[in-house]
Amino acid sequence: MQSWPLLTLVTFLPLAGVLFILVLRGTPADVARNARWAALWTSLVVLALSLVLWADFDPTQADFQFVELASWLPAFHIAYHLGIDGISLFFVLLSTFLTPICIIASWASVTERVKEYMMAFLVLETLMVGMFCALDFVIFYVFFEGVLIPMFLIIGVWGGPRRVYAAFKFFLYTLLGSVLMLLAILAIYYQIGSTDVVEALNRGLPPGLQTWLWLAFFASFAVKVPMWPVHTWLPDAHVEAPTAGSVILAGVLLKMGGYGFIRFSLPLFPIASHDLAPFVFTLSVVAIIYTSLVALAQDDMKKLIAYSSVAHMGFVTMGTFTMTAEGLQGAMVQMLSHGIVSAALFLCVGVVYDRLHTREIARYGGLADTMPKYAAVFMVFMLASVGLPGTSGFVGEFLSLLGAFEVNTWVAFFATTGMILGATYMLYLYRRVIFGVITRADVRAMLDLSWREVAIFAPMIVLVLWMGIYPNSFLKPMQPALAKVMERVQLSLHENAAAKLAER
Amino acid sequence: MTVAAIFLPLLGAFIAGFFGRWIGDRGAQIVACTGVALAAAFGVTLFVDVALDGHNVTTQLFTWLDAGDLQVQWALRFDTLSATMVAMVTVISTMVHVYSVGYMAHDSSVPRFMAYLSFFTFFMLMLVTADNFLQMFFGWEGVGLCSYLLIGFWYDRPTANAAAIKAFVVNRVGDFGFALGIFAVYALFGSLQFGAVFDAAPNFAHTPFIFLGWQVDALTVTCILLFVGAMGKSAQLGLHTWLPDAMEGPTPVSALIHAATMVTAGVFMVARLSPLFEYAPTALAVVCVIGGSTALFAASIGMAQNDIKRVIAYSTCSQLGYMFFAAGVSAYSAAIFHLMTHAFFKALLFLGAGSVIHAMSGEQDMRKMGGIWRLVPVTYVLMWIGSLALAGIPPFAGYFSKDMILEAAWASGSRVGLYAFWLGIIAAFLTAFYSWRLLFLTFHGKPRADAEVMHHVHESPKVMILPLVVLAAGAIFAGWLGYHDFVGEGRESFWRESILVLPDHASIEAAHHAPAWVGELPFAMGVLGIAVAWIAYIWRPGIPGVVARSLRPLYLFLLNKWYFDELYDALFVRPVMALGVAFWKRGDGAVIDGLGPDGVASVTSRLSVRASRLQTGYLYHYAFVMLIGVVLLVSWYLLRQIGS
Repeated sequence: MQSWPLLTLVTFLPLAGVLFILVLRGTPADVARNARWAALWTSLVVLALSLVLWADFDPTQADFQFVELASWLPAFHIAYHLGIDGISLFFVLLSTFLTPICIIASWASVTERVKEYMMAFLVLETLMVGMFCALDFVIFYVFFEGVLIPMFLIIGVWGGPRRVYAAFKFFLYTLLGSVLMLLAILAIYYQIGSTDVVEALNRGLPPGLQTWLWLAFFASFAVKVPMWPVHTWLPDAHVEAPTAGSVILAGVLLKMGGYGFIRFSLPLFPIASHDLAPFVFTLSVVAIIYTSLVALAQDDMKKLIAYSSVAHMGFVTMGTFTMTAEGLQGAMVQMLSHGIVSAALFLCVGVVYDRLHTREIARYGGLADTMPKYAAVFMVFMLASVGLPGTSGFVGEFLSLLGAFEVNTWVAFFATTGMILGATYMLYLYRRVIFGVITRADVRAMLDLSWREVAIFAPMIVLVLWMGIYPNSFLKPMQPALAKVMERVQLSLHENAAAKLAER
Repeated sequence: MTVAAIFLPLLGAFIAGFFGRWIGDRGAQIVACTGVALAAAFGVTLFVDVALDGHNVTTQLFTWLDAGDLQVQWALRFDTLSATMVAMVTVISTMVHVYSVGYMAHDSSVPRFMAYLSFFTFFMLMLVTADNFLQMFFGWEGVGLCSYLLIGFWYDRPTANAAAIKAFVVNRVGDFGFALGIFAVYALFGSLQFGAVFDAAPNFAHTPFIFLGWQVDALTVTCILLFVGAMGKSAQLGLHTWLPDAMEGPTPVSALIHAATMVTAGVFMVARLSPLFEYAPTALAVVCVIGGSTALFAASIGMAQNDIKRVIAYSTCSQLGYMFFAAGVSAYSAAIFHLMTHAFFKALLFLGAGSVIHAMSGEQDMRKMGGIWRLVPVTYVLMWIGSLALAGIPPFAGYFSKDMILEAAWASGSRVGLYAFWLGIIAAFLTAFYSWRLLFLTFHGKPRADAEVMHHVHESPKVMILPLVVLAAGAIFAGWLGYHDFVGEGRESFWRESILVLPDHASIEAAHHAPAWVGELPFAMGVLGIAVAWIAYIWRPGIPGVVARSLRPLYLFLLNKWYFDELYDALFVRPVMALGVAFWKRGDGAVIDGLGPDGVASVTSRLSVRASRLQTGYLYHYAFVMLIGVVLLVSWYLLRQIGS
């Protein structure tokens, strides 16, 4: 199909950038400047390559494309197996889109250990992209866990005052879940004699084993998403992380859990997924209502947005486990939308944090007077977060709720209250920060968005509106792959029901 | 042309909003006004073409959503109902735009204001020309957003900000119902396209359906859920609390959004969905009861308010109640007729009130006005026209539409129809009373403002008066002109299939055969209301004080708007905030973190301290522990031997 190993390139090109930055020599100022430019160019080239992926992607196919298969540890049937379908394509794009934005956002605000910082982000990009492309459990696990390391460093080294606590909490929480997933991967390996994802998908797993494996995977993904009640690492991590760290954390890392559910939990353990869906619904609904209320009570901007992330991801888990076409597509769009919107909201916080060095909401107020551009940008993302029709947030929320209503009206009923609560906490935040009268001299002295900040936000606004007004560009390519997931689920549910009948 | 009629205001908003700094205040005003004026020209042309000549047209733009079985298009649907609305919205909007040029002349952010107004007009047009539930929801939320932005336009005022948030959130409560209604429609019909849903609706009459564990009639529940959305947007009883507060916005906004157009979206929605509601008689009864109750409830509050804009706001709320109970007795065309006439005279009243406020240097409290009619004669006359139309005095517009509504309610013969009829009759009396109370307090009697203010009282500039004159023409002639087509003999060929009324719901037909007293009673009540107001505020000005003192609890009850705000504050606002804090500090802090990561961490470190204490280094300690171990092992071994 294609002569270039495009996925390998997209995955490992950032490491080439890392190597280049590693050998930079000169005065500290020179090194910092060169490191920034090198990182930016690397990430932009990667972005361009990933756009080639999108252009060459055949949206009518449900199978994996751009597949690369090379033997790695043949004795154990572990192979270097990469490939993407409509599900992973957009997550790869999300990762490659957000990385350059992170690098530009850190241009002036990170002044210490710039070289190491840029290296951390490029390594992170490799690991994220690799994770979404991996089609072998071992490779997947390596990338999935590997992501923790640069993130741990970014929070722990460039974070705020309580960064060590937050970094450890983040690390231990997510590691705990992953250990169980490793056990489950071993179990799958002993069951089918290979760690190949495609083979596992095709062969299926016995119903008796599914529940245990599902729970083990769930432990890992639920922490990542994060679902209530294992979400408490997120606010701490966000608050302490530097702005760009929050962007990647909210933008991509949370999606790893949702991606895992759709890629592994549903098609590999369909019977368990079906049986345990009510459990997931309960947690999702609790997450939506509970964390929305908590968000309402926050006085720290970043914490508020962190809690709102938990609520938004509640729609994702709910939509996923409806196992309907609408719900699954809704969950996917919600993830993409949240990846951009919450990332942008954290950048919005970063903008004012860079100027005043506080995240306390009460310190601001009246910014609309002196920062009209900022107020407008913030407004767009605030509305997208609220789920106003015409923005990306609406499509995801609406479709996942639509799916939920078909399955269980109670779930839809309670989850829809999130629409009201979401509007409440976001408008309340916006009012306290943007509206009102300026009372402090330092707030009055704040400058409006610089051209660099405008350059960051402009593409994000375009994407938010694009996904809101013409989401078909995104819905179409993911449709066949999701249909295939549903097909697998339906098939094995039927078989299981037939088998149970036969037993009687 | 259809596309131009809808998107020109958007273009105007875009240019005025983003390039306001370059083109200046004047440029922004010209661009925005031109945009809507052209849209109005197209809108009226389309009205003639579509409604009068009968050429329905639907313009497909492009696909919005495609997920599962769901397919939603961006489309502009022009039938009689939407063409009427488009013409009405664009014309009123143009008047308000022009008026704003004068009214907002001294404001510091004119381009932003003009952009918001045009932006609002765009969303409103998208709402009324929607061809599916989702686009309607798009317009619905969009007008809500603009309402939020315009109420909070003066963002340095805390009250304006609070009112803006309140408006958005209360509307979202309604939209919660609307959204669930849309989900239910999709679950039932498998489509959100109006055409497909309406065609299939008869097959779903009396279909059971499980909602929240109850087996219920599918269409009834669906329609009630949708109606909850309408209640929020149209400020009906229970979800009305945002509308009076919305008067914090500039007066042109109150006229355009909170009187003529946006708040009537709920009525439009029920009329548009008449093919669904017709098969859900219980839902119609609910609409009727809520509408009738609101008509009286809001009018009763309107009597006791002192802020000139709030009186008109409650009046709007009350008139929307009339429209709803008309829809509730299947007199949709009467509801839309009243919607149209109301748009003219209520916009006139609001803009007239704005002219008064402008003249009084920003004063809105009627207790500080009075005796200015000689100073602002044109405004005075225009306010009279608006009030006459509102009170339903012939031959003004309101007479035709309100009479038809009340007759239809009576003629429907149902119990809820009669309930609404009698409440409507009482409300008609109250309407006339508070309207003339407003006129007398504002324009007559001795001046109660200080000399400084009185010195500055002046007639508004031409740019503000001219739109008022156009609206006044509407308030005088719209009823007379529209009667034949909207509710008279020509209604069948006018509305065609855009409104569905089942044969046994033909309340309009029955209304034409209602006894004469039914038609005369509202007029009599109107005259009575005016007379009472004259007695109380002109002839014997001491009466209101006496009444207020002797019926103090009732007066306070009305003055405080039935204590709805206090009730909601205690029931919802405070508990929600308290819950938020409790979940945060107790739930997340104490329980999850306390038992989870922090708890585990502290237990681990305590255990390791204990464990390290075991390593004392004394040989006899180790020897002693070993000894105990040996004893335990031996006894276990022996016990097992005995056991076997």
